[in-house]
Amino acid sequence: MRLGVLFSGGKDSVYACRLAMEANSVSCLITLISESPESYMFHTPNIRCTAMQARALGITRLAWPTRGVKEEELDDLQAAIAAARDQYAIQGIVSGAIESVYQAARVQRICRELHLWCFNPLWQADQLDHLRRLCREGYHTIISGVYAYPFDSSWLGAELSEEKIAALELLQKKYKINPSGEGGELETFVLDGPLFKKRIEVLRAEQRYANYSGQYIIREARLVEK
Amino acid sequence: MTAVEAKGDILLLDLASQQAHLSRYELVRPIGSILQKAGHACHVIHYSDLRPEDLQECGGVILCGTALMDNGYAENLSAFSWLKDFCRPVLGICAGMQVISAAFGGSIVSHPSIGLEKIDIIQASPLLGGPRAIEGYMLHNFAASLPEDFMLLAGRAEAAQAFRHTVRPIYGIIFHPEVRNRWILESFAAGLAHNRQGSSYETDLCNESSQ
Repeated sequence: MRLGVLFSGGKDSVYACRLAMEANSVSCLITLISESPESYMFHTPNIRCTAMQARALGITRLAWPTRGVKEEELDDLQAAIAAARDQYAIQGIVSGAIESVYQAARVQRICRELHLWCFNPLWQADQLDHLRRLCREGYHTIISGVYAYPFDSSWLGAELSEEKIAALELLQKKYKINPSGEGGELETFVLDGPLFKKRIEVLRAEQRYANYSGQYIIREARLVEK
Repeated sequence: MTAVEAKGDILLLDLASQQAHLSRYELVRPIGSILQKAGHACHVIHYSDLRPEDLQECGGVILCGTALMDNGYAENLSAFSWLKDFCRPVLGICAGMQVISAAFGGSIVSHPSIGLEKIDIIQASPLLGGPRAIEGYMLHNFAASLPEDFMLLAGRAEAAQAFRHTVRPIYGIIFHPEVRNRWILESFAAGLAHNRQGSSYETDLCNESSQ
């Protein structure tokens, strides 16, 4: 089956892509570029760097603008998926949704409307197991955004290592945070992994942090041969 | 999930139209993970690979749902004729509920629904408990009618949300219990464990249905 992957550049969309590629062909990555930092579904600090990730993966990216206004975003998502269907003859969509019924149900409805299959291969996955599997399989993921107490600025730009996962597990027990960031507590960006033909090296980045909310914004990066 | 078949394991039947379909990660694996975390062994078989000995060796069967676009099971209903003579506990989820209905003379009906919906449980059962409202995650284009010899637990007879056989421990639910209702899977598995320990869950079910 020819599939399009809803792609934010974070660990979940990258790993959903990896599962989709086991027995299917991923024809394109679909990225919504939101103009609003308040976007409900699509905003991530390094969304524009998905172009570099797509090159590293060797998969075409379809970038689609959205103003990031709450329900309008869904129209934009539908338009992006319809464009991907028309341009790349995809038969289905893959998302990295784990627990968000809000997100999964909306993508399912859009796919039904467009007569496309819809797959959420990380659906209901144990979040800590998922993080450990990423590490074990050799994905290099950094924390690109934190949005909850008690995350301090030391988390920004840090690699999602076994040590960091253990720390997230403790925060889950103590503060009930979702260790995978399903509740919007944190965002990630994948620099390298088994799927990547080249790895991404960050040359210059900027941190913004205040009151348990911060972002690690990649300003300059390059692709490096592996 | 183990590939080794152990007697008394819960058999998860994958109803996808193809083996090793991408949908198994979404619709089969979570069921297995929940059961395993609750301490119950289970293994997965695609319905096209099901052998009589698999049924003889398992403690009970869960018929898993399929992707929204995947209605292949409805074109292979003869593959589920074993349900008529199977006496161990069965739970059909979504597509699984539909094949149970069809096997017992009911119908698969057009009834699309996606997202969380209120479910009014109107009849007590060992699996779902007493009458009350719960919220369930729907992901289907089709639902199932209530067959003869089945009791409505929730929904309407033309498009049931939950039903059970009046005598045998066979249940169907149209919603996906891995979202917000993991307790249903744990309750089903706990019933099987009860069975293996000697007291008959099936008999309990039969007794209750005849009350």
